[in-house]
Amino acid sequence: MPTPSPISRVNDFVIRFANVNGSGSASANEMFARAIIRMGVPVAPRNIFPSNIQGLPTWYEVRVTEAGHLGARGGIDMMVAMNPQTFDKDIASIEPGGYVFYDSTKELPASKFRPDITVIGMPLTAICNREYTDPRQRQLFKNIIYIGALSALLDMDIKAVEQLIGEQYKSKPKLIEPNVKALHIGRDYAVLNLACPIGLRVRKADKVGDRIFIEGNNAAALGAVYGGATVCAWYPITPSSGLADAFTRHCEKLRVDPDTKKAKYAIVQAEDELSSIGMVIGASWNGARSFTATSGPGISLMQEFIGLAYFAEIPAVIFDVQRAGPSTGMPTRTQQCDIISCAYASHGDTKHVLLFPENPAESFEFGAVAFDLADRLQTPVFVMLDLDIGMNHHLSRPLAWDDSKKFDRGKVMTAEELDAGRDFGRYLDVDGDGIPYRTYPGTHPTKGSFFTRGTSRDRYAKYTEEGAPYVDNMQRLVRKFDTAKDLVPRPLQANSGKATKYGVIYVGSTSPAMDEAIHMIEGRGHAIDRMRIRAFPFHSSVNSFVADHDFVFVVEQNRDAQLRSLIVNECGIDPVRLVPILHYDGTPITARFIAKAIGDHLDQLKVTPMKVTS
Amino acid sequence: MTYLAKPKFHHPNLPKNDLGYTHRDYEGTVSTLCAGCGHDSITAAIIQACFELSIEPHRVAKISGIGCSSKTPTYFLGNSHGFNSVHGRMPSVLTGANLANRDLIYLGVSGDGDSASIGFGQFAHALRRGVNMTYIVENNGVYGLTKGQFSATADRGSKSKRGVVNTDNSIDLAAIALQLGASFVARSFSGDKQQLVPIIKAAIAHKGAAFIDIISPCVAFNNHAGSTKSFDFVREHNEAVNRLDVISSRMPIEVKYDPGTVEIVEQHDGSTIALRKLDADYQVHDRAAAHGFLQHHAAKGQIVTGLLYVEKDADDLHAHLHTVDTPLNALNEKELCPGQAALDKFNASMR
Repeated sequence: MPTPSPISRVNDFVIRFANVNGSGSASANEMFARAIIRMGVPVAPRNIFPSNIQGLPTWYEVRVTEAGHLGARGGIDMMVAMNPQTFDKDIASIEPGGYVFYDSTKELPASKFRPDITVIGMPLTAICNREYTDPRQRQLFKNIIYIGALSALLDMDIKAVEQLIGEQYKSKPKLIEPNVKALHIGRDYAVLNLACPIGLRVRKADKVGDRIFIEGNNAAALGAVYGGATVCAWYPITPSSGLADAFTRHCEKLRVDPDTKKAKYAIVQAEDELSSIGMVIGASWNGARSFTATSGPGISLMQEFIGLAYFAEIPAVIFDVQRAGPSTGMPTRTQQCDIISCAYASHGDTKHVLLFPENPAESFEFGAVAFDLADRLQTPVFVMLDLDIGMNHHLSRPLAWDDSKKFDRGKVMTAEELDAGRDFGRYLDVDGDGIPYRTYPGTHPTKGSFFTRGTSRDRYAKYTEEGAPYVDNMQRLVRKFDTAKDLVPRPLQANSGKATKYGVIYVGSTSPAMDEAIHMIEGRGHAIDRMRIRAFPFHSSVNSFVADHDFVFVVEQNRDAQLRSLIVNECGIDPVRLVPILHYDGTPITARFIAKAIGDHLDQLKVTPMKVTS
Repeated sequence: MTYLAKPKFHHPNLPKNDLGYTHRDYEGTVSTLCAGCGHDSITAAIIQACFELSIEPHRVAKISGIGCSSKTPTYFLGNSHGFNSVHGRMPSVLTGANLANRDLIYLGVSGDGDSASIGFGQFAHALRRGVNMTYIVENNGVYGLTKGQFSATADRGSKSKRGVVNTDNSIDLAAIALQLGASFVARSFSGDKQQLVPIIKAAIAHKGAAFIDIISPCVAFNNHAGSTKSFDFVREHNEAVNRLDVISSRMPIEVKYDPGTVEIVEQHDGSTIALRKLDADYQVHDRAAAHGFLQHHAAKGQIVTGLLYVEKDADDLHAHLHTVDTPLNALNEKELCPGQAALDKFNASMR
């Protein structure tokens, strides 16, 4: 096989940093990604990290993409190999014609590399040992030094990096000068000693626009602030802890009374997930907007309470930042694997509202609207993020809010209405939409009180174990769920330019990879319509979408085709017509994977005229 | 009698409290517990305490877990909202409710199975946090609704109705509440209304985590010889350290006491507890001493009752969280939603 020539690409490549966890590399690598954004070129970074504080391997991948493909691409064009533990595997993972940048303080034999990649060595440790005496500084500045070298190798704008250093250390100005110095040590060395620039380059563009660079957890937490959440109860669990942390930060900034300095919020770190959901239910029962943030194992622990909230009809908002299960699974890897466990959470007949944001902007919007939906429907609402959306920075449209918007507190009967003689039955379906009225505790001295319980009761909340009132109530809950179909965010459909018998359905973080894959699939000569589901219960358009196509691919990030099962089950669709496309190794799904999987299927289905042999 | 609806009729000259409510305004539906159940006496004591304190009935939120004890909130304060939640999880539901509206009175009702076994963790953490509540455990040492299994408060060596001897050590919830930092800890007996009513009143008036362990014999499964939670056993082994009179801020102090026998404890809400000491050496503000006292008497097979500990300057979770005075559930869009202007700034900071 001939040796491939080095990859030559501008504003379209993937660079991966292989580091040791806890070495301070994360902030330097993030600065690298931000510098490229400042040059007007979109990036899609992803942190691939271990469940560990110090010592285990960690990777940070930056996809530089002027075309704006924000999903993971797959494949690595340049490896910044800073971790001896993973060196061999890292080298093996580079695309043919790719590059490796490594610390050449200790020369490595040629056998450690591959003939089909370009090897760039720089004696980073030696440089640091010469420049710094403090071991901690040697480590931290090594990261900045390699960023400096990369800026020369990739032909980046050094001003953008300098500016970012200035912003990052605005509150600690003493650190600005030594960081800028380290940056230039790296850059100067590269310019003098290495062949700069290489085939991969960053060129200024204007493709970022007004987009912001933000993690989904941060955006979702801000959504909770805008949605009026006042009580947050949570228990630490990766990858959702950042959401509660971000809510705390936002509240400290936005929710402190300017006069009294008192908090217009209450945040409690509970003793476990049972307690956190219990507090959420107690607070919501009492009329405050309340939420918890958790991940799969937490959802499992909350099951009993979720059933109570469903049956007793108490609003609750649950952010589930999904990670790879089952059990502890891969706690720092992404999946969409809690779809079924959330949709049908708890014992008995239960169904719950799920929202599937695709990115941080939608995490913000759904994070806010979830509280309206929970109040309106008087039921738990799950906001289904995942580790990829939640913990990675994404280039996202700016967050927007309509200042004329009012909270929808749902059907709450007031003391005035009770005094006016309105009939109050807690479980009375007065409007035919399955949603009854509730009262907040303490509303009226003699009217409107009721007893909330998980046991069966009649329309006036009176305890009963008789069959007929139980069935009546369960049927009303089905009606309420039907009402929800038209209240939750609608699916978004994008049809191919050509008539086609094939469709694809997907949710959440699959979105950017799917958008990119569509072009690749079309490139293979296939037309396909797509639908992004944004909520459960499914809107009627999901049924029509499936009905309109012979086969529909359901792309999702779990083993058991959970979204597909939910569609089959809830829409009564012949499973044969839904083809599962499953990605569940813990890494974010890629356009390459989707395009290959769907393309291969479609190739098989393509009718090719038989050749007539004479 | 439980199949009969409670008649609405009542005597026109029933005594009224300061707010004009009669005793009947604090009642609930007819109890469905066994005749003679200790829990019904506690229900009566709660009704009496709320009547005497002139609490607006609808300003109380009564929250319970699952079990016989947790059924009782339907039998008192019929005009209050109640929440019969999940087994062992009353404390978290109550904590959340309390965070949502600091202005209501929170009455948590639980049992020994609910609080000492399945809900031991939640019991502990709600007390640790100092949630402003009255947490009552109606403690009978058995699982009643599931027909007589031992609970975790059953004493080692005590016998079940079937004659099985309990070999597990027991949990003393009052002693644990002391260790966990509850700012008001008491123990009483369902059969001693004179002691119980003032204790409940004092606990409701207390601002902070008030815990009351109430020994409440189960007439169906735990009232036999060999039980240490039977009426007879508790009467014989009750070691009361004090008796209380609670004087609300609205009432003039009229009761006269012999000097040296009474300690006056002022509470945050302006009410006063007059503590009649039965044990001259008992120090009600000394957490460690109270702990020792309980252990010492438990070893002798005695059940110490009375107000065991009260913290003079107690505070609560809202104080720790520094929340606004307005209940959080009463804040509106204007107070909660920062609007597009703040979002513009935020967006700018994320570029």
